Amino acid sequence: MSQTQPDWRIDAYRDMVRIREFEETSAKLYTQGLVGGSLHLAIGQEGTIMGTVGALASGDQITMTYRGRGHALAKGADPFALFAEILGRQGGTSRGKGGPMHIYDPEVGVMGTNAIVGAGIPIAVGLALAAKMEGASRVAMTAFGDGAVNQGAFHEGLNLAAIWDLPIVFVCENNLYSEMTPIKDAVRNDSLTERAQAYRIRAVTVDGNDVEAVREVAEQAIARARAGEGPTFIECMTYRYVGHMLGDPETYRSKEEVQSWKERDPILLLREKLLREKAATKTQLDAIEAAAREEIAQAADSAQKSPEPQLEEALDDVF
Amino acid sequence: MSEISYAQALNQALDLAMAADPKVFVIGEDIGHHGGVFGVTKGLWEKYGAQRIIDTPISETGFLGVAVGAASVAFRPVAEIMWVDFTLVAMDQIVNQAAKTSYMSGGRVKVPLVIRTQEGAGRGNGAQHSQSLESMFAQVPGLKVVAPFDPADAKGLLTAAIEDDGPVLFLEHKLLYNRKGEVPEGRHVVPIGKARVRREGSQLTLIALSRMVAYAEEAAAELAKEGIDAEVIDLRSVVPLDMATLEASLRKTGRAIIVHEAHQSFGWGAEVAARLMDSCFYDLIAPVQRVASKDVPFPFNRTLEAFVMPSVAQIVATGRSLMNDY
Repeated sequence: MSQTQPDWRIDAYRDMVRIREFEETSAKLYTQGLVGGSLHLAIGQEGTIMGTVGALASGDQITMTYRGRGHALAKGADPFALFAEILGRQGGTSRGKGGPMHIYDPEVGVMGTNAIVGAGIPIAVGLALAAKMEGASRVAMTAFGDGAVNQGAFHEGLNLAAIWDLPIVFVCENNLYSEMTPIKDAVRNDSLTERAQAYRIRAVTVDGNDVEAVREVAEQAIARARAGEGPTFIECMTYRYVGHMLGDPETYRSKEEVQSWKERDPILLLREKLLREKAATKTQLDAIEAAAREEIAQAADSAQKSPEPQLEEALDDVF
Repeated sequence: MSEISYAQALNQALDLAMAADPKVFVIGEDIGHHGGVFGVTKGLWEKYGAQRIIDTPISETGFLGVAVGAASVAFRPVAEIMWVDFTLVAMDQIVNQAAKTSYMSGGRVKVPLVIRTQEGAGRGNGAQHSQSLESMFAQVPGLKVVAPFDPADAKGLLTAAIEDDGPVLFLEHKLLYNRKGEVPEGRHVVPIGKARVRREGSQLTLIALSRMVAYAEEAAAELAKEGIDAEVIDLRSVVPLDMATLEASLRKTGRAIIVHEAHQSFGWGAEVAARLMDSCFYDLIAPVQRVASKDVPFPFNRTLEAFVMPSVAQIVATGRSLMNDY
C-alpha cells in the first residue's frame, strides 16, 4: 500500500515542486511577452496531478486540457521541450507548431492536451478501446476540469467507456470554476460524481490537495482498469491560484477565498506531513527543491536558446 | 473483374482491408448485426465479430472521438457516419481533432482514420438528410475529401483511404449504392488525388464529382447529338485537387462547366474556377461555368427538390450556350 512506501511521496514532492516551478517560470516568460496566446496555469493543482498521473505506469496514456503541461511533466516529458514548445521553438514537443494548449509527447504516453473543453475525453476512451483490442495491460487516463461536465463529449465518452467496460480513469479536477463561472451556477448536482454514477461508472470524490488521498483512489482505479473491471471517475476537489488564464481579472472570486486555499497548498501539506512523520528531513526537502529549481531554470534557459522553426515547417505535417 | 454494386465494392474493400490488417476496424451505428442502413457492412459482423465491427449508440461525437483516439495509437478505424448531415453534431472531433492532430503534434501523432458517410439529394429525404458537404470539409486543412462515383473507384479509393496515414473523409452517395459496374477482384487500390477522364472530348470539359458524373455523362451524350464534343472528368477527390488533369483538359477545350450537388455559393466549383482562371487564363474561350444546387435547403417535395438540384438539361443548356455565345 502506498503509505508503507514513503519513497513515492518523496518523488511526488519533487515532481510537485517541479510542476510549480515550471508553471511559475512559464508565467514569467509569458509576462515578458515571450509566449503567444493565452496561458492556463495549474498552480495549486499539483496534488491532483501527481496523485493521478503520478500513479500511472510509463506505458499508460493520457489526454488532458490546456492546463496540462504539469501532467506532461508528471508523465515524463522533458521540461526543456515543454518550455521550447510554449516559446514556439524548434526544440519544442511539436517543434513550435502546437503551443501551450497543444502538447503531444507520445513516447511518454502524452496523447494530447486539448484546447476544446471535453474533447479529449472520447479520445482517451479510444485509447482505452485500443488497449483492450490489443489485449494490452495499459490504461488510459483523461483529466478535465469541472467545466467539462456539461459538454456532450463528456457524456458520450463516459457512456461508451461504461457500456464497453474500458480500462480508463476519468479525472475531474474540480477547481470550482468553469473558466469564470462558479460550478454551483452550472450544475444542480451537489457532487459531480453523480454525473458518472448516472452512467453506472464507479465514482469517488477526494481532497485533491492531499496527494496521498488522491494517489490511493487513483491506484485503485488504475488497478481496476488494468484488471478489466472498467472505468472509474475521480472527482478531485482542488483550486487554481491563478485565474482561468494569466491576466484573468478574477472578478468571480475573493482574495480571501484564494488565500484560504493557499493555506491548504498541496506542496505545503505534503511537506509538513513528511516532516511530521519524519519521512524526510528539512535539509533533504530543501535540497530537492533547490535541485528542482535549478533543473527547471536550466530547461527554461536552454529553451530560450532553441532556434525558431524554419518557415517551410509551417507547411509540413498537415496530413 | 466482376459486375457488382457500389455497396458491394465498398464491402469488398472493407473485407479485404480487415483481412489484411488486424488494426483495421469498423465503428458506427447499426453496422454490425444490421449490416448498415445501406448494407455496406453486410456480412462483416458475422465474419469479424463484434470486436472489430463495433456497433455504437447514437453518439457521433463519442464514437468519432474514440476512433480518433484509437487511430492515434496506430489502429486504422473506419468510422461510419450514417448520413453526412450527422457529421455536423461531431464537427469538433473531425475539424479540431482528427484534422489538426498531425499538425499540432509536429507530425508525431498521426490519425489514420477514415470517416465513411453518404451524402446527396434526389431521394426525397428533406433538408437534414440530403446535403452535400464536401466543400465545407475541403475548407479544413488536414482532411482529404474523397467522393467516388463508379463501383471500381469506390473499392479502390476506399482501400487507399484506409491505407492513408491521415484522416480521410470518404463521401459516398446514397443514390449510387445500387449502381453496378465492373470491379477488379482482390486487392484494388486507386491512388487518392488523381482525377479520371471518363470521356474524351475536344470542345468542352465537364468537371463533376460523385453522382453528378452520371449527369455529366448523360449531358455529354446529349451534346454529342448536337455535334458538341464534350470531355467528362470525374474529379474523385476535392482534396487533393488534381488541377493538372483539369488544366490539361482546359488547354484542349477552352471551355468548362463544373457540376456539383453542393450548394453553388462558396462551393468547390468556385475554387476550381478561380484556379483555372489563374492557370489557364489564355486558354479560356469562355468564362468557366457552374451548375450546382441552388442556395436553399433541400425541399422535401420531389419536384421542388429536382428544381433545386443540378439537372442534365441545365448542363446541356449551359454547354450549348458556351458553344454558341463564344
